[in-house]
Amino acid sequence: MLKLMSSTAIAGMLLLGAGIAHAADVKEVQMLHWWTSGGEAAALNVLKGDLSKEGYAWKDVPVAGGGGDAAMTALKAMVAAGNYPTASQMLGYTVLDYAQAGVMGDLTETAKKEGWDKSVPAALQKFSVYDGKWVAAPVNVHSVNWLWINKAVMDKIGGTEPKTFDDLIALLDKAKAAGVVPLALGGQNWQEATMFDSIVLSTGGPEFYKKAFNDLDEESLKSDTMKKSFDNLAKIVTYVDPNFSGRDWNLATAMVIKGDALVQVMGDWAKGEFVAAKKTPGNDFLCYRFPGTDGSVIYNSDMFGMFNVPEDRKAAQVALATATLSKSFQSAFNVVKGSVPARTDVPDTDFDACGKKGIADLKAANDGGTLFGSLAQGYGAPPAIANAYKDVVSKFVHGQIKSSDEAVKQLVQAIDDAK
Amino acid sequence: MSSVATTEPAIARGTRASIRGRMQDALPKIVLAPSFAITVIFVYGFILWTIYLSFTNSKTFPSYAITGARSYQRLWRWTFESDPPSSWYTSITNMGIFGVLYIGICLALGLLLAILLDQKIRGEGILRPIFLYPMALSFIVTGVAWKWFLDPGLGLEQTLHQLGWTSFHFDWIKNKDFVIYTVVIAGVWQASGFVMAMFLAGLRGIDGEIMKAAQIDGATTVQLYRRIIIPLLRPIFLSAFIVLAHMAIKSYDLVVALTSGGPGGSAWLPSNFMYEYTFKRNEMAVGSASAVIMLMTISAIIVPYLYSELKEKGR
Repeated sequence: MLKLMSSTAIAGMLLLGAGIAHAADVKEVQMLHWWTSGGEAAALNVLKGDLSKEGYAWKDVPVAGGGGDAAMTALKAMVAAGNYPTASQMLGYTVLDYAQAGVMGDLTETAKKEGWDKSVPAALQKFSVYDGKWVAAPVNVHSVNWLWINKAVMDKIGGTEPKTFDDLIALLDKAKAAGVVPLALGGQNWQEATMFDSIVLSTGGPEFYKKAFNDLDEESLKSDTMKKSFDNLAKIVTYVDPNFSGRDWNLATAMVIKGDALVQVMGDWAKGEFVAAKKTPGNDFLCYRFPGTDGSVIYNSDMFGMFNVPEDRKAAQVALATATLSKSFQSAFNVVKGSVPARTDVPDTDFDACGKKGIADLKAANDGGTLFGSLAQGYGAPPAIANAYKDVVSKFVHGQIKSSDEAVKQLVQAIDDAK
Repeated sequence: MSSVATTEPAIARGTRASIRGRMQDALPKIVLAPSFAITVIFVYGFILWTIYLSFTNSKTFPSYAITGARSYQRLWRWTFESDPPSSWYTSITNMGIFGVLYIGICLALGLLLAILLDQKIRGEGILRPIFLYPMALSFIVTGVAWKWFLDPGLGLEQTLHQLGWTSFHFDWIKNKDFVIYTVVIAGVWQASGFVMAMFLAGLRGIDGEIMKAAQIDGATTVQLYRRIIIPLLRPIFLSAFIVLAHMAIKSYDLVVALTSGGPGGSAWLPSNFMYEYTFKRNEMAVGSASAVIMLMTISAIIVPYLYSELKEKGR
């Protein structure tokens, strides 16, 4: 009874998902996702095309909102009401949450046949395999620690690639002096936290990042290095235009594309926006690793979580999973999306300069053990902790938390509360 | 034998009548039963269920093992250790600011507009719907419209800069300390016309004889309003207050559409807090605890009010 009530409660409260997953067809794939910006939608069309060639209809369930919060809410309502979609775009620990709740399907057979164990990086398998079963198909690997720079503006102010954090500050100063907005940032908590991921890696180095943001080691979280990181964040935020609060990430990218701003610190999904605006790397924009983080990759990965659908829809699900991890799709999709393939054996011939660097970096980081999950993107810790972290960073950026001492204290407390 | 023959139909008639009677008695109950059952389950059942959840450690999905009042302890700690302000503390102080200003300004402005409109001016038929129609918009539309209007890069500030007044500065919507006041502005804009309509109806309903009598006694217009008309409007004040109060408590969508939560969550109301923690942050237990506290706060105001109302009726 309680379980029934819980399902109806959530479904009723959200009033979402109703009518989405009725009347399932054998030859139909229902996909819940939040890829609604230009570059993202274009990337998804690749998969739609591949599946329609095999005769599967595509039933889109898009839920707008960059960080996927709204989509996850909709998904929760659907799952609680027993209306499983064929698959849903999901991030890291969310997959494991749902797998633990026992609503995910089992793709192990397909995975064995297709040899996913060998081709997918181990770091991703941590999230796509639960209890020995494949429950999700990774679509790509994004890395978070990138700088995206408008080349025309860069030339105008005579800047060069920043190698250290101080270089970056000097570069931003130049832009400021030239009257351009130095840093395009959207003041939403996930964007601020995504930037902070890079700052922590740059300030503390790979070991420190792993200890603090993957292992959640309390000593590291309250260390002086973390304080220094917050100080660096405070420094970099002074270069943002006053109107940044609440701006979407793709609008911040648009500022860089148009030359209104010099640089955006954002994951490589920003490249999808550049590509969609017909810009090419090297000529129109530049991509550098966030200064001081070269050699390490902070990743997140979009996964298609596969739900435990009825038998008559399993074939469509397997087709979706196979298509998702096929080399041709991985290449075509990630060229458009800006990310790099989720398997290490895909040739980089079709990728642009930034993509080639991304693929090489991922391989090196995978081999060298410097591939870390992004805490801001839900790959460092479960959602409750990631959200507590985003909260603290956002409050610090917007001045509710006034000093780095206080920020560190709040961070430790918030993470402890959310455990 | 004959007596049996005569009594039998009588008994039959009697039972038939009583069946019909009983049916007639039961019919309203039968008809109301489904909606009553639904109300009991979906309102009161879920209140109990939420209270139950607040004592568990539910995260993404409900869990049913009771783990004590940890969620409440967290909320209380966040309330009283409030430097820097926690999200919960911000939410409840915002509720105070928003509630008082929104209700206060709406009542004052609504009354003022109604009095001005009641002066037998020309064009009242046009003015009244102009003031009233914002109410026809949903909070989402109001929120988005005002978001653009108040955005320093798009709306008012930008326009005045282009017109040459470059020192003009109005960035409340991007300012953590003032963002809640922009919610008040948008809310007042939407609801004060509705309050005006209520007061106007009240003003029209006042007996002209009383006013004439007062005027004959030499009362000035100000005295007339202060001593006679406004006191006579007391029931309107009460109903306007109740309508506004419930709108203030439920105005989740306005905050989301207007400010997306504000810089660092500084525009949150308790309803935003509850939704964020329950559905976005996967902290269902904390969300439930906050919902229970909201319910208790509202009950603390409503129950005495209902009690006094019912007592008066009973007399």
